[in-house]
Amino acid sequence: MSTETTPVAVVEEKKKEGLFSKKNLRVLRDPLDDTNPVTVQILGVCSALAVTVQVKPAIIMALGVTVVTAFSNLIISLIRNTIPNRIRIIVQLIVAAMLVTIVDQLLKAYMFDVSKKLSVFVGLIITNCIVMGRLEAFALAQKPWPSFLDGIGNGLGYGIILVIVAVIREVLGSGSVLGFKVVPQWLYDMGYVNNGLMMLPPAALFLIGIFIWWQRSRNRKLINAS
Amino acid sequence: MQHLINILIKTIFVENVIFAFFLGMCSFLAVSKKIKTAFGLGLAVIFVMVLTTPLNYLILRYLLFEGALGWIHPSLASVDLTFLSFILFISTIAGAVQLVEMVVEKFLPALYTSLGIFLPLITVNCSILGASLFMQEREYNFAETTAFSLGAGIGFFLAIVLLAAIRERLRYSNIPEPLQGLGIAMIVTALMGLAFLSFSGIQL
Repeated sequence: MSTETTPVAVVEEKKKEGLFSKKNLRVLRDPLDDTNPVTVQILGVCSALAVTVQVKPAIIMALGVTVVTAFSNLIISLIRNTIPNRIRIIVQLIVAAMLVTIVDQLLKAYMFDVSKKLSVFVGLIITNCIVMGRLEAFALAQKPWPSFLDGIGNGLGYGIILVIVAVIREVLGSGSVLGFKVVPQWLYDMGYVNNGLMMLPPAALFLIGIFIWWQRSRNRKLINAS
Repeated sequence: MQHLINILIKTIFVENVIFAFFLGMCSFLAVSKKIKTAFGLGLAVIFVMVLTTPLNYLILRYLLFEGALGWIHPSLASVDLTFLSFILFISTIAGAVQLVEMVVEKFLPALYTSLGIFLPLITVNCSILGASLFMQEREYNFAETTAFSLGAGIGFFLAIVLLAAIRERLRYSNIPEPLQGLGIAMIVTALMGLAFLSFSGIQL
């Protein structure tokens, strides 16, 4: 879990609030850019990098994380008043582990090849800092519905980074997207070669580093955020 | 014996948990601003890793595998509880960390104050759970698991101390403002990862 957290969008409690009121929508939308879990809050970098060699595992992973974050946020928020403070970390871990087990079994049953490719990283969603970070920072203090939206928003924010990095790595590294060739043959005939660096683990770090650079020079108030 | 040393060296250098698998990146990036704290966290990770991974191996082998429960009653011999591994692994880790925290606080107060908040944070360090999951996936035996967990711990320790040393130096260099902090740390980690790739030529 990161010690460098950014202020969480505060949702004030109101008696009657529409399901998609402005505040709730902001909770859903902010993590996509301004409070992006990967590039701004530095949460969940662990698995963001290892599954991005190809686009397909990245999409599956993003979906898995979104489901787990959303539902663990929901569950923890529902029982937030009954959890003793001292053991809350263990309770959160158990809830996350339960959801991840369900996701893992579903993947093994219906998408065995992707499940093999993701190997241990499905299990690692449990300790994915996004899940724990959002539970600690948001779900423990907020009502169930905003928490659920917050989970979906953060999962999608994570997913966007994952898919962007994966698309760049797959196009430059193996000349395809989702397995379809996108780099035409005549380019290869002219002497173009796939970039082997993109297939190596450090490429993801370079890309995310550059992405952070770009995001912070575009939005300068993020510079002092961490 | 040589086989075990090979596993140890391979997990420290060739398959470093940070540079090859990106496990534990969150605390790796957050706690690498000073060498001293990085050193403390690294030591704590080695300790918890060596404690929990073999423990999880025993749980997996004697409670969860198909047929492991046969000693209670023959009718349980066909029960396969492997799907529960996530929940049991993370409970073991959370419990072990809590236990270590209490023991260290009681008997080694000096170490406890220097490790401070890092001990409880280790529970959610991906590299600890990752080591247990790799142990399950690669089907190590007990001795191999111990060597692997020691190697993974030392690998994390080495990586975080190295990055902290570089980041202490970086404070005096002229980096574009938007790239400072997290951005440059990512790129430095990538460069270190490339350097560690050169170990992959070693035949063990």
